[in-house]
Amino acid sequence: MPLLIAIEDLHITYGAIEALKGVSLSLDEGEIVAVLGANGAGKSTLLNAVSGLVPVARGRIMFRGAPLNNIPPHEIVRMGVSQSPEGRKVFSTLTVDENLDLGAYTQRKHIQATAKAKARVFELFPILRERHRQLAGTLSGGEQQMLAIGRALMSSPRLLLLDEPSLGLAPILVNRIFTIIREINDQGTSILLVEQNARKALSHASRGYILENGSLSISGTAAELKSNSKIQEAYLGGSAIRKRRGTGESPKSP
Amino acid sequence: MRVAVEQIINGLTIGSFYALIALGYSMVYGILKLINFVHGDFFTLGSYLGYTILIFAAAFITAHFGLWGGIVCAMLVAALCLALTGLVVERIAYRPIYPAGRLPAVVSALGASIVLQNAIMVIWGPRYQAYPAPMIPNLHLLFFGINITLLQVVILVFSFVLMGILYYIIQKTLFGASVRAMALDRDTASLMGIDFNRVILFIFTLGPALGAVTGVMVGMYYRQISFTMGWNYGLKAFTATILGGIGNIPGAMFGGLLLGVLEMLGAAYISAAWKDVFVFIILILVLIFRPTGIFGETTAEKV
Ligand SMILES: Nc1ncnc2c1ncn2[C@@H]1O[C@H](COP(=O)(O)OP(=O)(O)OP(=O)(O)O)[C@@H](O)[C@H]1O
Ligand SMILES: [Mg+2]
Repeated sequence: MPLLIAIEDLHITYGAIEALKGVSLSLDEGEIVAVLGANGAGKSTLLNAVSGLVPVARGRIMFRGAPLNNIPPHEIVRMGVSQSPEGRKVFSTLTVDENLDLGAYTQRKHIQATAKAKARVFELFPILRERHRQLAGTLSGGEQQMLAIGRALMSSPRLLLLDEPSLGLAPILVNRIFTIIREINDQGTSILLVEQNARKALSHASRGYILENGSLSISGTAAELKSNSKIQEAYLGGSAIRKRRGTGESPKSP
Repeated sequence: MRVAVEQIINGLTIGSFYALIALGYSMVYGILKLINFVHGDFFTLGSYLGYTILIFAAAFITAHFGLWGGIVCAMLVAALCLALTGLVVERIAYRPIYPAGRLPAVVSALGASIVLQNAIMVIWGPRYQAYPAPMIPNLHLLFFGINITLLQVVILVFSFVLMGILYYIIQKTLFGASVRAMALDRDTASLMGIDFNRVILFIFTLGPALGAVTGVMVGMYYRQISFTMGWNYGLKAFTATILGGIGNIPGAMFGGLLLGVLEMLGAAYISAAWKDVFVFIILILVLIFRPTGIFGETTAEKV
C-alpha cells in the first residue's frame, strides 16, 4: 500500500518545554496505526502537529508526498486529514446537526457528497440521527464521543486522527467504539489512533508506536508489541490506572 | 397611558440604536474575548460620513433618487467606508497584538479609539455638526392619539430588518454556525476546516458597517452629532451587551432594546436628568446579581 503520511524527526516545543523530541513515524494507506504512551508523553501534541494546530519546530510532516508544515489547520482538513480531538470538544451550544454540518465545512459546496457523508455517519451512529436536533452539550459522554468521531468523518477524510476515543467511556461502549473504528477503516479511511487503552488499540491496529517523554521508544507490528515483555508490563499489565480511566470522566484537563 | 406608550416607542427607537451598536461589541468579544473600544468611534465616523454625504451630495442624489434615495446612499457609502475602516483597524491595531494576550489588545483598542476620535475632530472640527434638515423626513403620524414620527417608524422597521437578517445569518446558516463554533473553541473550529481569518473578516466588516448605519440614523433622529458621541453610545451599547450576556447575539439585540425602553421610561417617570444614571445602576445590578447577563448560561453562546 502507498505511503499516506510520513513524519520525520518531528520536534515540537511549547516555550521551554520540548514536547516532541525527534519523532519519526509513517502510516500506509488503509492502515490503523496506534500511538501509545503515558499521560504527557506527547500523543496529543503529535496529532495537533499533523493538524497544524501547533507549529513544527523542526522536522517534516509529509502527507501524500506534500509537506504539511506551515499549512494552516483549515487547509489541512481540506487536504484530507481530520481529527477527533481529545475530550470530544463538541460544540456544546450547537445542535448535533450543526456539529455534523460543520464537520463538512470544507465540503459545503458539494451538497450531495455531504448528504452522503451524513447518511454514513448516521448509519455508524444511529443514536445521532435520533438526537439530531438536540444541543450537543446535552448528549451523554458516549454520545458526544460518537458525535466527535462522526463530525470528523463528515469531511470524508483520507486520514482520520483519533485522540483517545475511548477516554472516559464505560467498557461496553469502549468495545462499540472500537468496533466502529474498525468499520470506518474497512470503509477505506486510514486511522492514526492515539490511545491509553493499549490492549484494545493493539488488537485493532496493524502497527503501533510507543511514545515516552516525547520520543519513540518501541515500534513494531501489533503482534510484536503485544508480545513484548516491557510493553506487557507497562501498558498491558494489571493497570489499575486503566480501570480507573475506564469508568468515569477523566479529571485530566486537556 | 399615552405617555407610557410614546415613551416605549421612543425607547425602542434609541434601543435599536444601542442594539445595533451592541452587536458589534458582542461579535468581537465572542471571537476574540476583546472589548473592542474603538467600536463606538466606528459609529461616530459613520455618522460623520453620512453627514458629509448628505450635505454635499444631497442635492444631486435627491434630484435623481429622491429623499429616501439620498438617505439610503448616505447609509450605504458610510457602511462600506466603515467596513473598510474596520478591516484596517483590525490589521493595524489588533492582529499584530493577538499573540501577546488579551490585556495588550484592550490597551491597543483604547489607543485606536483615541486616534479615531481625534481624527474625526481634526477632519470635521470640534463643534457639533447638524444634519441637514431638508434631507430628513419630517412627518408626524397619529395612531389612536399616539404621536409618532415617520422617521421613527422607518428607523424601527429598518433596525428590526437588519437585526433579523443578522439573526438569521448567525443562527440559521452554516456560515453562522461556523462563527458560533469559532467563538466557542477556536482550535476545534479550525479542525473543522473553518478559517479564522474569514470569521475575523466577517465581524470586522459587518460590525462597523452596522455601526455606521446606526450613526446615520442617530444623526437623522437627533440632528446633532459630535465627535465624542461614540463614547456615550458605546458605553450604553456595551451595557446592553452585558445585559443580554456578552458574546450572545440575540442577547445583545434584546439588551439594547430593553435598555432603551428602561431609559426612556425612567426619563419620563423619574427624572430626565438622571436617565444615564439609571442605565448604569442597571448595569451594576446585572453585574452583581446576574453577571452572565439576562440570558445567562442557558443560551450564552459566545459569538
Ligand atoms: N499548550 C501547551 N502549552 C504548554 N505545554 C503543553 C501544551 N500542551 C501540551 N503541553 C505539554 O506537552 C507535553 C505533552 O502533552 P500532550 O498533551 O501531547 O500529552 P499526551 O500524551 O496527549 O497526554 P495525555 O495522555 O494526558 O493526553 C506535556 O508535558 C504537556 O504538559
Ligand atoms: Mg493527550
